[in-house]
Amino acid sequence: MRNVTQTSPSRVASLKERLRAGGSSRRLYETLRHHWADYGVIVAFIVLVIITASTSDVFFTERNISNLLRQIVPNGLISLGMLVVILTGGIDLSVGSIVALAGILSAGLQDDIPLALAILIALAAGVVAGAVNGVLIARFKLAPFIVTLATLGAIRGLVYVYSDTPQSPTNPAFRRILGGSVGGIAGSLAVATVIMVICYPIIWFFLNRTSAGRAIFAIGGNEEAVRLAGINVERHILAAYIISGLCSAMAGVLLAARLGIAQPSLGSGYELDAIAAAVIGGAILGGGGGSVPGTFGGVLVLGLINNLLNLYNVQSYYQQILKGVIIVFAVLARRKQQ
Amino acid sequence: MTEPLLQMRQISKSYEGTRALRGVDFSAVAGEVHAIVGENGAGKSTLVKILSGAVRRDSGEILLDGRPVEINSPFDAHHQGIRAVYQEFSLVPHLSVTENILMGQMPVTRGGWLDWNAAHRRAQAVLEEIGFYGINVRTPVSRLSVPHQQMVEIAKALLATPRILILDEPSAVLSQEEVTRLFHLIIRLKQQSTLVLYISHRLEEVFEVADRITVLKDGELVGTVRSEESNQTQLIRMMVGRTLEEIYPQRRSQAGEEVLRVHQLSRDGVFENVSFSLKRGEVLGMFGLVGSGRTQVARCLFGADQPTSGQIFLHGQPFRPKTPRDAVEAGIAFLTEDRKRNGLVMTCSIRDNISLASLSRMSRWGVLSRRQQDQQVLAKVRELDIRPPQLQRLVRQLSGGNQQKVVLAKWLLVRADVLILDEPTRGVDVATKVEIYQIIRDLAERGVAILLISSEMPEILGMSDRVLVMREGHVAGEFSQEQATEEGLLALAAVGSQVA
Ligand SMILES: Nc1ncnc2c1ncn2[C@@H]1O[C@H](COP(=O)(O)OP(=O)(O)OP(=O)(O)O)[C@@H](O)[C@H]1O
Ligand SMILES: [Mg+2]
Repeated sequence: MRNVTQTSPSRVASLKERLRAGGSSRRLYETLRHHWADYGVIVAFIVLVIITASTSDVFFTERNISNLLRQIVPNGLISLGMLVVILTGGIDLSVGSIVALAGILSAGLQDDIPLALAILIALAAGVVAGAVNGVLIARFKLAPFIVTLATLGAIRGLVYVYSDTPQSPTNPAFRRILGGSVGGIAGSLAVATVIMVICYPIIWFFLNRTSAGRAIFAIGGNEEAVRLAGINVERHILAAYIISGLCSAMAGVLLAARLGIAQPSLGSGYELDAIAAAVIGGAILGGGGGSVPGTFGGVLVLGLINNLLNLYNVQSYYQQILKGVIIVFAVLARRKQQ
Repeated sequence: MTEPLLQMRQISKSYEGTRALRGVDFSAVAGEVHAIVGENGAGKSTLVKILSGAVRRDSGEILLDGRPVEINSPFDAHHQGIRAVYQEFSLVPHLSVTENILMGQMPVTRGGWLDWNAAHRRAQAVLEEIGFYGINVRTPVSRLSVPHQQMVEIAKALLATPRILILDEPSAVLSQEEVTRLFHLIIRLKQQSTLVLYISHRLEEVFEVADRITVLKDGELVGTVRSEESNQTQLIRMMVGRTLEEIYPQRRSQAGEEVLRVHQLSRDGVFENVSFSLKRGEVLGMFGLVGSGRTQVARCLFGADQPTSGQIFLHGQPFRPKTPRDAVEAGIAFLTEDRKRNGLVMTCSIRDNISLASLSRMSRWGVLSRRQQDQQVLAKVRELDIRPPQLQRLVRQLSGGNQQKVVLAKWLLVRADVLILDEPTRGVDVATKVEIYQIIRDLAERGVAILLISSEMPEILGMSDRVLVMREGHVAGEFSQEQATEEGLLALAAVGSQVA
């Protein structure tokens, strides 16, 4: 028995109409608008490439390109973890110290134990460090900024306790494999670059196509709503910091392999570049926005600036100024879009 | 008729692809209450936001007293004596009531310090002058209940008597009592020749308070009527283009065995010794004034808060959810009353929001099936007629009523045995309300046990198989459907003794 006169047919018809009105061209437009931040980064990237290519004949050499791709590996990995944390509405300042911890452990331990085990322990250390951050933040409801500021100091201290002198990797396979090039047709493409590039689709898939990933996105937007949807918020926040710890540890191991030495001061200040890359790529501090492709763009743009200014032997102070300017512009562009 | 105080000419506005208003001509005179009605997404909020400077128009002009004025920001609007109470709250949550009401106008001592005592007194005075008592002005706004927040919002707009006061669905979050007080207030303002623009989906209310009514549909102005020359049927036809005969389904489902039993449940300082039972296929209405503890009881059933004593039985088994997750897993769904605070993730899409409570069901080994997700979400979007039906659209960009439908869709997707609905039709237009009532009845017929919390008397009377009345944290009484009358419920809710 229906008590409402003429509902369904007209409703369905008008719905169909509206669906059609919002058809393909509109959808493309919407997507473009929606991903403005991503494309903004791409535009910046292309402009930078054109400027560099037209003023320097060294830039497009295979050597320089593969060098560039090698140099962005640490920031590329750390930024990815940072993005996941920022999406939950948090921040991870301890990434640089985790880089040092993993780097020095992998370089120092391989003297006594098999290489693979040394690397595994180094990565595990990153996971543990991330878990400590995550537990303090999720379980004990402490502010992410404070917690990771504390662990930034504490982990760095731990690194110096382990060794206050640089550790040199003794196993030649370490540098040859992880610090080397792919060879063959890929030529001088670094193994580290390949590893980093593989991580991007993995994290993209995790964030966009798994239930945990969607929950992480939502937590940054409204934690209480997610909790009331029956989702274990604590566990997801914990997972985010563990991912960040693991990414940083990978960066540390690869960095030690590339440099052939691990300083206890390795990675200090890296958190800033990682935050910058995520933000340039559209991440919103405090949660509620950010994307994997955008972050990749941010990493490339920052890497290019470094590369470009190195080619012209510009002092690193200027690099920092330019980076600052670019970050402000990236954020302004998004403001305008909203 | 006298020269209109307000004229809006040929107002148009598009939001990235959606045309919210097209060439609207609107005018209103001083000292009248002018209601604006229309379906969800018709453009009501957009129109008044243009007037209050919160949204910039694409074209058109605004005249006050016949002279064109430039209103490009809320600041400009304040300057012209235009104040607005928005559908979405604009209070600063961690600041006190006083600071929110006096924002930007805090009194200072001669030495240049903030004069807190004077400030609190001033805020208190404003609240009492407009008839709102019982709010401690020193508490942070975030600790107030939704209705109290709404009152603070209104008080804020009335710090000085405005020339034009905009109220965008003020009654959606108020209970009957407070609505009455609000009406007294409106009448007082009218006598001071303030123009009150009043947006509401409750048509009884509109006819009670408004002198004239303007109807918007799909961003266009359909017409303006004098309220004494019109009636609900005519208005609904203007709004939706067809007539609705029955708002509430006449069907009644057969109540089955007991699903949920609450025994002497208490939470210190909030509610005490609450007992009731809920059966399969039954709609149990829960009525009460604001602050009577209805939402709090629901939160305890859902594991969002912990009771201090008492028992809950689910399917005859003792049940004590520690977290909302426990409750969802046990088959309980809870639609919360404050969609912005704890119902929606504004920065996420329609798709993400609707599937949020069903993510695990839509995935295998943690990997989401996009196909399943889109299928299920789209079905709900169609069922509830969420506009625009674009899954990718951010919830922030939807009109208020459509946001409410998104929250409802999320919980309908869960397929719970027990469905707790806290003010489910808040801000939803008449036509959709009818659809929602049908859906609630359908669910009941399929054996879902429904606890319907509502402050809307007609909704409680029209939908409930049984009504539970709460007052000051106690169950004041229970009515069967036949016994329940408006006077009876109100008397019990307010006084606590059965007068009827
Ligand atoms: N910020 C925004 N971005 C994009 N579109 C928007 C935005 N705000 C509103 N819209 C769209 O504009 C149209 C009109 O919305 P508006 O909020 O004025 O409706 P309304 O009549 O107030 O509806 P309700 O009764 O649901 O509150 C809707 O289609 C809505 O989706
Ligand atoms: Mg509205």
